[in-house]
Amino acid sequence: MKYMLLIYTPHDSRPTTPQERAATMPAWEAYGAELRRRKAYIDAAPLAETTSATTVRAHDGKRTVTDGPFAETKEWLGGYYIIDCASLDAAIEAAAMCPAAKYGSIEVRPLVEM
Amino acid sequence: MGRSKFARLSRCNDVASIERSFRDDAGRALATLAKMLGDIEAAEDAIQDAYLVALERWPREGHPKHASAWILTTARHRAIDKLRRERRGREKAERLAALEFGAPSRDPFAEDREMNVIPDDRLGLMFACCHPGLGVEARIALTLRTLGGLSTEEIAEAFLVPSATIAQRLVRVKRKIRDAAIPLDVPAPERLPERLADVCSVLYLIFNEGYLASAGDSLVRRDLCDEAIRLTRVLAHLMPQEPEVMGLLALMLYHHSRRDARSDSDERLIPLAEQDRKLWDDTAIAEANAFMERAARHQFEGPYQLQAAIAAEHARARELGRVDWERIAELYTHLAAIAPSPIVDLNRAVALGFACGPLLGLAALDAIDARALETYHPAYVARADFLRRLGREAEARDAYAAALALTQNARERAFLEAKMLEAGASVTPRDDERDGR
Repeated sequence: MKYMLLIYTPHDSRPTTPQERAATMPAWEAYGAELRRRKAYIDAAPLAETTSATTVRAHDGKRTVTDGPFAETKEWLGGYYIIDCASLDAAIEAAAMCPAAKYGSIEVRPLVEM
Repeated sequence: MGRSKFARLSRCNDVASIERSFRDDAGRALATLAKMLGDIEAAEDAIQDAYLVALERWPREGHPKHASAWILTTARHRAIDKLRRERRGREKAERLAALEFGAPSRDPFAEDREMNVIPDDRLGLMFACCHPGLGVEARIALTLRTLGGLSTEEIAEAFLVPSATIAQRLVRVKRKIRDAAIPLDVPAPERLPERLADVCSVLYLIFNEGYLASAGDSLVRRDLCDEAIRLTRVLAHLMPQEPEVMGLLALMLYHHSRRDARSDSDERLIPLAEQDRKLWDDTAIAEANAFMERAARHQFEGPYQLQAAIAAEHARARELGRVDWERIAELYTHLAAIAPSPIVDLNRAVALGFACGPLLGLAALDAIDARALETYHPAYVARADFLRRLGREAEARDAYAAALALTQNARERAFLEAKMLEAGASVTPRDDERDGR
């Protein structure tokens, strides 16, 4: 069973300086290594800030492209993991180990098998 | 399988044996098949199909020796056939077809020789139904549906919500269990304590819903207490080493023992202190005491055991003729330490009020964060009672009025109105309470 872990974090929690970023890296690397050790890791990536987001629609053949959306809520989607687990319980264990679980929230969503 | 489905089947002339099969084993058959399929809805459908086949064949060909195993086998074949017809179900169908099944249960308590041929998977189903990833209302409905065998209509009636709401809730929750792959299994040992607490909490919520019901309510609503006790017995039987489960069962039994003393012939609520203790159910109390003794052999003392110990003090007081409020206050202090809640603090204040006088009780009540109990009417009732005992009648009446404004329950309202009248009528406090002792 595959799950996506959607990582929501508060706006102000993202590191701003290279030093700050470097300080957070070991925890994320250890997390990725643990997922690989459990043979759960499939894919992962951080997302650029919402200020870089563009929204595209092509309803009824008419294309519209707009700036945003900008996160209006307290937390925003900052990245994702795709993992392979035996059950939701295993996915919850994996989500709880994520460094961002300590200050943000992790949404666990099953992928639909096609 | 719900009782309503049974109603449709009851035309069968072999009704008695099918009925037995339903009542005793439906929950177990469902649990086993749902675990195999990872899908409660599909398991329910397959088991219903199997009962329809039984209805057609048993009267003609005779009753099988192991009726439950027969139902489960037939249901499994139905489920496999159905999966094979689905594009994405084939792989699952072959896995299911290859599953060895029919190994004798190792359950030493199983009395039903028929059920010995199939395992008891109800524990796993219970943990799935009470999974923290499900909404609390959905947990309650699903537990009653799958393990209690209540129909959608019965659950709706019991919880005073439209049956369409319950039906929708059940469909959604069963699909989440399937789609998110919530395991129909006992959780890993390191998660067991918190997951067991979730199961206990659902069972206790079911009990409390029944406990709040009055005689004016529907029978199914009042029967929720019996259903919660029955399910907790199943849990205690499947997890015989868990003291908190024994504590929960004892707690329910202590409360349940007072059911005939809790209201008068006019449906008016009678508070614990004013109940005719002769009406308490001795058998239930004795059984609760026995569970408490069993629980005490284990080292761990959790919140249900402590609450049961408090209830036990009341039950005991009936023989001794007086309640040991000091001991009860002490137990609440202990409970507040391991399971802090403003309601526990309130109960502690009430116990202190009886043990050490209304002045101390009121002080303990004032020490609780007022916002936490702002909309909880028993807090105002407790305050009113302290004030009345202190001779502060006008303030007491205000507190009763505040409590009244917060409760819809007709029985409670009648009780509070009577109390308010009393507070207005009695001008002088009792001598022994004037000084706040």
